Amino acid sequence: MHRRGVGAGAIAKKKLAEAKYKERGTVLAEDQLAQMSKQLDMFKTNLEEFASKHKQEIRKNPEFRVQFQDMCATIGVDPLASGKGFWSEMLGVGDFYYELGVQIIEVCLALKHRNGGLITLEELHQQVLKGRGKFAQDVSQDDLIRAIKKLKALGTGFGIIPVGGTYLIQSVPAELNMDHTVVLQLAENGYVTVSEIKACLKWETERARQVLEHLLKEGLAWLDLQAPGEAHYWLPALFTDLYSQEITAEEARETLP
Amino acid sequence: MDRFVWTSGLLEINETLVIQQRGVRIYDGEEKIKFDAGTLLLSTHRLIWRDHKNHECCMAIPLSQIVFIEEQAAGIGKSAKIVVHLHTAPPNKEPGPFQSSKNSYIKLSFKEHGQIEFYRRLSEEMTQRRWENVPVSQSLQTNRGPQPGRIRAVGIVGIERKLEEKRKETDKNISEAFEDLSKLMIKAKEMVELSKSIANKIKDKQGDITEDETIRFKSYLLSMGIANPVTRETYGSGTQYHMQLARQLAGILQVPLEERGGIMSLTEVYCLVNRARGMELLSPEDLVNACKMLEALKLPLRLRVFDSGVMVIELQSHKEEEMVASALETVSEKGSLTSEEFAKLVGMSVLLAKERLLLAEKMGHLCRDDSVEGLRFYPNLFMTQS
Repeated sequence: MHRRGVGAGAIAKKKLAEAKYKERGTVLAEDQLAQMSKQLDMFKTNLEEFASKHKQEIRKNPEFRVQFQDMCATIGVDPLASGKGFWSEMLGVGDFYYELGVQIIEVCLALKHRNGGLITLEELHQQVLKGRGKFAQDVSQDDLIRAIKKLKALGTGFGIIPVGGTYLIQSVPAELNMDHTVVLQLAENGYVTVSEIKACLKWETERARQVLEHLLKEGLAWLDLQAPGEAHYWLPALFTDLYSQEITAEEARETLP
Repeated sequence: MDRFVWTSGLLEINETLVIQQRGVRIYDGEEKIKFDAGTLLLSTHRLIWRDHKNHECCMAIPLSQIVFIEEQAAGIGKSAKIVVHLHTAPPNKEPGPFQSSKNSYIKLSFKEHGQIEFYRRLSEEMTQRRWENVPVSQSLQTNRGPQPGRIRAVGIVGIERKLEEKRKETDKNISEAFEDLSKLMIKAKEMVELSKSIANKIKDKQGDITEDETIRFKSYLLSMGIANPVTRETYGSGTQYHMQLARQLAGILQVPLEERGGIMSLTEVYCLVNRARGMELLSPEDLVNACKMLEALKLPLRLRVFDSGVMVIELQSHKEEEMVASALETVSEKGSLTSEEFAKLVGMSVLLAKERLLLAEKMGHLCRDDSVEGLRFYPNLFMTQS
């Protein structure tokens, strides 16, 4: 009595089928690679044509930049992944965002002694514009966000924290979890207190205290024991008055409680 | 310019600040006037301008006075501007800088940029008209502007027509660009699908695609900006380009590294290299991918990732562990040090100073004192004094 499917014959047949399939598979992959190479050349030409007609549009129109980025994201393409990419080379989008990245890093570094490495998107925007000078091209807040998202690859703890309709930009690797973020969002007037946290978030005193202590430790908050009522925890990142002042590191240290 | 009124610049209750911008100059029509450098503030109710030097020189216009606004692009030697067309001033208007003016529009010149964002916000406020819903004190209530079916001021009709034409023209340009872009994206999407298919085949049969072909494929992905699904088996996500880059970096960074004690954070490297290049800049990912290949290519630098996630480039000859020994000496001499104090003493960035102290702690040489006053490091007496 013979059992079906088992035995040297069946195995050999199976192996033969596999080999044939493999052979076809290999050819198909090579074919596809050749096809991709051709399509790439064609695409490059199309992109060059697009660039010659519309490069200025991208440069001058921030809304168009947003649409462009969104479309790329939808199809699974990152035009900013590499300076060597077609998008960057031909449309010049790369240099625009990478240079912005450098400027953002420099501003954050310069202001770190004052705000502990946390800054509002508005202030960052103002300072970057100031640094770019008169003849450079204007940038929008959306441009800044995209540049910052790219900077995360450098492993330096760049973070974007949404707070009430805008964003706080973090530029030092301080650990901020959900609790910390939620408290930051409460500090609309530039400061927050334990009572406020308990009232708005319904937390226990201990939880509020821990979060505030962490912010103090990371240099993101300053303690004001002379405030009326209870202690105020101020967030320098949210001081809008300080926009136009230039404070040196020495002055900042002297004002620390 | 006769629509402005003097103001203290303080916001009323229920009036909120929307955006502000330094470095704005005001023109009366086409004429330059003495208000050449100030901060422009947009609130839910008014447009306020305050002189940089003399803060008491502060004036405002209610948003309800604005008929419409248009943008004027920057040119050579000229800053971008917003042109603000205004209704005639109400008869009971409070005093302002000008009694009368022949112009029914002003220009705001953004000498320190910020025009794009400001225009966007001002347009929003003009659309939302929040000042109509949120009452503020009498002094800010002016006429709500002529009602619909209104009598237009002279000359406005012609201006509005020109504006409409310009809008149509711009829209046409944008929609053509958008159309062309959409066509381009369709082709790009085909490439993405194709690359996914190839990637799957490569994954299934490792040995059958030659190494050369894999390298070629990776460079295609790089050109298109498609994330590389074929991972680290051969040279990681690196391509020929990244190998070349790695070699270049080894050349460029040798001296700067030596000047900085043999170690630099990746952010510092990013800024240094791109500032030097000026154009054809590296993306952050380019830099990281190139640095990942340094060790494999046996170059005299290497990439190191600390536990905290901070990434640095070190000279191969740099021994961070040995630096730890000297760090311990420094801390012992001073009794205790924070990262900032240590950084200042040694002449390092605070970021790297902190990493060194953390490493020393990890190796057992230092102890931490973590309080609200900050993180302070002490020599680990538990180790040395049994």
